[in-house]
Amino acid sequence: MVMASARPLQDEIASAVAPREGLSAKALPAIRLDRVERWYSTRDGPVHALAATDLDIAQREFVVLLGPSGCGKTTLLRMIGGLIAPSHGRLQVMQRDLWKSGTRQADALSDLGIVFQDANLFPWLTIEENIALPLELRGVPKRERLARARTLTGLVGISGFETRWPYELSGGMRQRAAIARALSHDPDILLMDEPFGALDAMTRDSLNIELQNLWMQTRKTIVLVTHSINEAVFLADRIVLLSPRPGRIDTVLDLDFERPRLLDVQSTGKFQTIAKDLRHRLAEMA
Amino acid sequence: MTDKGLTPASLTPASQPARASQRDFKTYLPWITTPALCLLLVAVWWIYIDVGKISAFILPTPESVGQAWIGLLLSKRAWIDTAMTVYATLLGFLWAMIAGVGLGVLIARVRWLEQTLNPFIVASQVLPKVALVPLFVVWFGFGVTSKVLIAATLAFFPILTNTVLGVKSIDRGYGDVMVSLNATRWQVFRRLELPSSLPYIITGMEVGIVLALIGAIVGEYVGGDLGLGHLLVARMNAFETDGLFAVMIHMTILGFLFYFAISLLRRALIPWHESARRGA
Repeated sequence: MVMASARPLQDEIASAVAPREGLSAKALPAIRLDRVERWYSTRDGPVHALAATDLDIAQREFVVLLGPSGCGKTTLLRMIGGLIAPSHGRLQVMQRDLWKSGTRQADALSDLGIVFQDANLFPWLTIEENIALPLELRGVPKRERLARARTLTGLVGISGFETRWPYELSGGMRQRAAIARALSHDPDILLMDEPFGALDAMTRDSLNIELQNLWMQTRKTIVLVTHSINEAVFLADRIVLLSPRPGRIDTVLDLDFERPRLLDVQSTGKFQTIAKDLRHRLAEMA
Repeated sequence: MTDKGLTPASLTPASQPARASQRDFKTYLPWITTPALCLLLVAVWWIYIDVGKISAFILPTPESVGQAWIGLLLSKRAWIDTAMTVYATLLGFLWAMIAGVGLGVLIARVRWLEQTLNPFIVASQVLPKVALVPLFVVWFGFGVTSKVLIAATLAFFPILTNTVLGVKSIDRGYGDVMVSLNATRWQVFRRLELPSSLPYIITGMEVGIVLALIGAIVGEYVGGDLGLGHLLVARMNAFETDGLFAVMIHMTILGFLFYFAISLLRRALIPWHESARRGA
């Protein structure tokens, strides 16, 4: 199932991380990238943001895209989210093409929920209205969508703030609301672009724990972009390490730490060895 | 060196929050200072006339201005004039809103349109709009139409430029949210572009309504026999300086009411925006 593994890490990592058994080839992938490539045109000519990439992400898998800035990890995530079109290649979400002759496909898009680095809550909507926005755009009746918003505020731990304005919430709480919004139309896949990157370290730790709980509870497929090695090793079933110029998959790494993982897992020797080797690999790229 | 650790004193809050009575005082301060300063102004006015032996033609006493204003309030004719000015102002403002917001959204969205129209917009911005007043009178006569058009012309530009700014200032992240939710063009306008640019449009309206009033009054100076602008010129021609002051007070109150109405609109339409938050 592990697709590209251009250059494996050192042997010690290979021995520390056993290949994951759970991801059998017979389960259909949630996301499939087939030679997906992206070019940008700039004033200095075309830039190769992402070289042709193959990647399968299984259902219910937690995949973290890790890499230095400019490695195309955000481009990759935005392509999966339908925000930018691939220049070449085929991109499927739940066995459905995301793009057909240059048009975004609504059915494939409805399987996706996106959480951005900024919460991007609309300041003119209350928290519950923000969370219910995807349902409102789908024409769900008000009573029904607000009831759904209430359930979700409970799930992400911001009950009691339903009728507040976004500016009244802390950064961490706003990001929780953004997660609730992404979940409101019950997509199978959650895409997260450095969702906790703008938060302080303590808030970030607790949100990572809660994200893991949420994932175990809801059984969503999660693809998360980060440049934090610790966050990646802590959260991921599988880390996809990308290297820059042009962006491409460098290494794919399976992690088998027991779930639910506690913050203390970070002080185990195995965790630190993996983190160290990832750090060295990232340093080689720079 | 001994480490004493944190003493209890170092853990107490550095400063007490402002007490409730202090906050109340700050809130109600303008209610005391504003009338007090008005009284002071009137007193200085009075003393200046008394000491300087100023002729009533140059500067009438506050008393006679007050009387003239009450006379104005009791005169039916003055209310017809007021109604005409209000009519020209509001109708002109309405046209400016429609044209300003409509064209503003288009210009902000359609790049070639902005590039094509920009030189003309800048040219008409720098042209002193009151220079058009005689022309409008020639074209549209001494009736109310020329006043409405002048009011609209003056109010149009702040509304246009603020709308353009508002639509252009929409956070790209919000746009991403709408794209990821597969929103239709109409949904993007109704749920994102309109609410996001409302604070800017309302700012344009605040400037625009006052300029519309100025436009209507200047229009009335030049042509016709109705409106507060005409009344003002009539008082000048009659050498009634106290009446002149009375009409000025009347106009000021009118301007205040218009501005206040837009402020209410701000509170009602964009309670979420910084500009509408109380004490923030």
